[in-house]
Amino acid sequence: MWEKVKSFASEFFVTGDPLIYGADVSIGLTLIAVVVGMTYFKKWNWLWREWLTTVDHKKIGIMYILSAFLMLFRGGVDALLMRTQLVMPEMSFLAPDHYNQIFTTHGVIMILFMAMPFMFGLFNVMVPLQIGARDVAFPFLNSLSFWLFFAGAMLFNLSFVIGGSPDAGWLAYPPYSELMYNPGVGQDFYIWGIQISGIGSLMTGINFIVTILKMRAPGMKLMRMPMFPWSVLSSCIAIIFSFPILTATLALLFLDRYAGAHFFTLDGGGNPMMYINLIWMWGHPEVYIIVLPAFGIFSEIVSTFSKKKLFGYKSMVYAMMIISVLSFLVWAHHFFTMGSGADVNAFFALTTMLIAIPTGVKVFNWLFTMFRGKITFETPMLWTIGFIPCFVTGGLTGVLLSVAPADFQFHNSYFLIAHFHHVIIGGVVFGYFAGLYYWWPKLFGFKLNERIGKWAFWFWNIGFYLCFMPQYVLGLMGMTRRVVSYSWDKGWWEMNLVSTIGAALMGIAFLFQVWQIAHGVKHSAANRDTTGDPWNGRTLEWSIPSPAPYYNFAVLPQVSSQDEWWEEKQRMEQGGAKAQSQLYTGELEPIHMPKNSAIPILMSACCFVAGFGFVFHWLWFVIAGISGLAICMLKHSFNHDTDYYIPVEEIRSSEASTGRWKN
Amino acid sequence: MASNHSAEPALHAGISQEEHHDHPNLEEMRTFGFWIYLMTDVLIFGTFFAAYIVLRGNTNGGPGPAELFELNGIIVSTFLLLASSYTCGLAVLAMNKGKKQALMVWLALTAILGAAFIGLEITEFTHLVQEGATMGTSAFLSAFYTLVGTHGLHVCIGLIWMVAVILQLASKGITPVMKRKVQTISLFWHFLDVVWIFVFTVVYLMGVS
Repeated sequence: MWEKVKSFASEFFVTGDPLIYGADVSIGLTLIAVVVGMTYFKKWNWLWREWLTTVDHKKIGIMYILSAFLMLFRGGVDALLMRTQLVMPEMSFLAPDHYNQIFTTHGVIMILFMAMPFMFGLFNVMVPLQIGARDVAFPFLNSLSFWLFFAGAMLFNLSFVIGGSPDAGWLAYPPYSELMYNPGVGQDFYIWGIQISGIGSLMTGINFIVTILKMRAPGMKLMRMPMFPWSVLSSCIAIIFSFPILTATLALLFLDRYAGAHFFTLDGGGNPMMYINLIWMWGHPEVYIIVLPAFGIFSEIVSTFSKKKLFGYKSMVYAMMIISVLSFLVWAHHFFTMGSGADVNAFFALTTMLIAIPTGVKVFNWLFTMFRGKITFETPMLWTIGFIPCFVTGGLTGVLLSVAPADFQFHNSYFLIAHFHHVIIGGVVFGYFAGLYYWWPKLFGFKLNERIGKWAFWFWNIGFYLCFMPQYVLGLMGMTRRVVSYSWDKGWWEMNLVSTIGAALMGIAFLFQVWQIAHGVKHSAANRDTTGDPWNGRTLEWSIPSPAPYYNFAVLPQVSSQDEWWEEKQRMEQGGAKAQSQLYTGELEPIHMPKNSAIPILMSACCFVAGFGFVFHWLWFVIAGISGLAICMLKHSFNHDTDYYIPVEEIRSSEASTGRWKN
Repeated sequence: MASNHSAEPALHAGISQEEHHDHPNLEEMRTFGFWIYLMTDVLIFGTFFAAYIVLRGNTNGGPGPAELFELNGIIVSTFLLLASSYTCGLAVLAMNKGKKQALMVWLALTAILGAAFIGLEITEFTHLVQEGATMGTSAFLSAFYTLVGTHGLHVCIGLIWMVAVILQLASKGITPVMKRKVQTISLFWHFLDVVWIFVFTVVYLMGVS
């Protein structure tokens, strides 16, 4: 019996590497600390009532962002491990199979479990406030989306200590991701971690399209909407058209591995290149899905901190919509080397180059917004200004890569690695940081320390260029991606050393950010934002108190122009003492609100159990998970008592505490 | 600033008082959201159709569509599903006339026809497996079982959903919420019918010809 347990445990748990044992111990200690702390401070009930079962878009957004930061930490540690392995020729810090796992999990975590939740967090916290709505269209579904993401992320991360991590690259190309070459459970963790969270992403896409199209405040025509909701709309359109392809593709890979199907296998008539086409039909739009909201954030910030209306509002809208559509017509540029012939490659090279045009339009719009503006350099604006040159140069290397004949040289080299980190860090990560710094006071009611923020900004920027500029050169010198080590005679040592130093600087920058947040929480009382409008903003979210009350708007705003809050401030200034608000009129009325629900977190737990069962082929787990899922759904369907009204008195007293609606 | 709110309604250019009290209609939004969901489902089926079309010639030396499919049974199940779409339409008409009993009967009939369709599909699949044509035989059969099976899975989920709606109708009657629920299940049902028309054409008709 004991022997059986021992042999099971040695298969089930990942063993053999001191790094992993260290991680096991730290995970165990953290879990114990959390449980003991929560019990000691009697916070379980509070956690369950206020957070785990909440349907409030602001709290869901905060949970998304918090998870994204944890995942940024894990993905960052992966990156630093890789850079340490590559710092010198012939290093043996990581074994080759361990290195494969680390570059795989780094990519998956950074895109799917860091960028996506960070983005959804910002959608959640700001879209309803910016369009003058009290919540998203489907609050229950929103909570379910978050918990599905969370279940998927946890399932994926579990592979680190149980069963073994995936190692077939972040997109799991067959045939290497097939059972024949990859018999462990790592790839199954990959499939189910992404599948579960991907369904959550798809539902978020639907939710925000309906929210933006149907729930804008009275008078807010589409062309009066702030630029961030526009970018969210364009991103969500790409989500609803691309994520189903991901779901279907992963399902096919799953059937290959689980049911012996032959979609992408080398035998039985399968076609691995079909997988690569399908996965990039999702994968390329995915890149634009994450970068479009960053464009929206930069547009908001550039106009606020230049004290000017955004230049070229309409062209900005058209540019984003065109990017959203074009993103579906470029997927084959990821594999020009497939051999699909000159005609096909020429088509995809041209569409890829075309995308540079709307993107260029946006860059000029940002520059012209700043032109003759009264620019101030708070941290959100710093990130925006840091972004523009970074994204322009990163974009230009993208145009180089789109030249199909030249791509045969660049393909899968460090030139490519440098390019996509350049646009994803310089565009997406800088954008989300800018957004987080910009909206932080609205989210939490206090401002962060600018000085520490500036340190973080400079460390990120300098570290970024040091890390990735040498990689362009390395690529041209012949270094290919995913190599675990290289010999002294290659002449790649100096550049790799510089690159690793840059990575370390970005690691330090992250520590500055953590310090900045800890410092902000500690000194929050002193830095409280009492005005609700700390940056002299232009859009509706700045017209309500910070943090926003749970019902967002005491009465729905009446919008008559773009940048309505800025216009309202101008009107009040010109009107003097007698001026009356045109934005908020009418009487307080009871507010219709959704009730909290435990079903989303339970449903996600069931998905986790079913996914875990699929990974280990434990059929009873699968059956338990799916039955639980069905019971939860039926329970929700039969419950017609899902909402309540906030009485006027409660709204009045809540508003009075921030000095509003006193009469 | 914002503290300067006035309780008096100010006349406002471009915004009528009607718009002011116009809160978003929840049930209408849910129906709209469901339409978008259906579009995403079209893409999932689209991907499986594409995989099937790419792989249908790859029989790996095993049986091809012409040897495997028996059109008679398929035509019967096609008519069962088309009939269920018709009864589903009659259910919605009964609902619009406020006839709860008729609505429930038509929905139940729809579910019975759907269950018969699933029964035939299961019979077909077992028959094929007994002949040795399984998921693992060839890429063509993998794609076939996946495409047709996904449609069948959708119908099964629709059946459970329809029973749940009938039970709720029995206790709650025709309320605005129930109206929306009946409308969404009927949308889903017609959608599955349309998908089946494509399955019938692309897989079976084009397979045996």
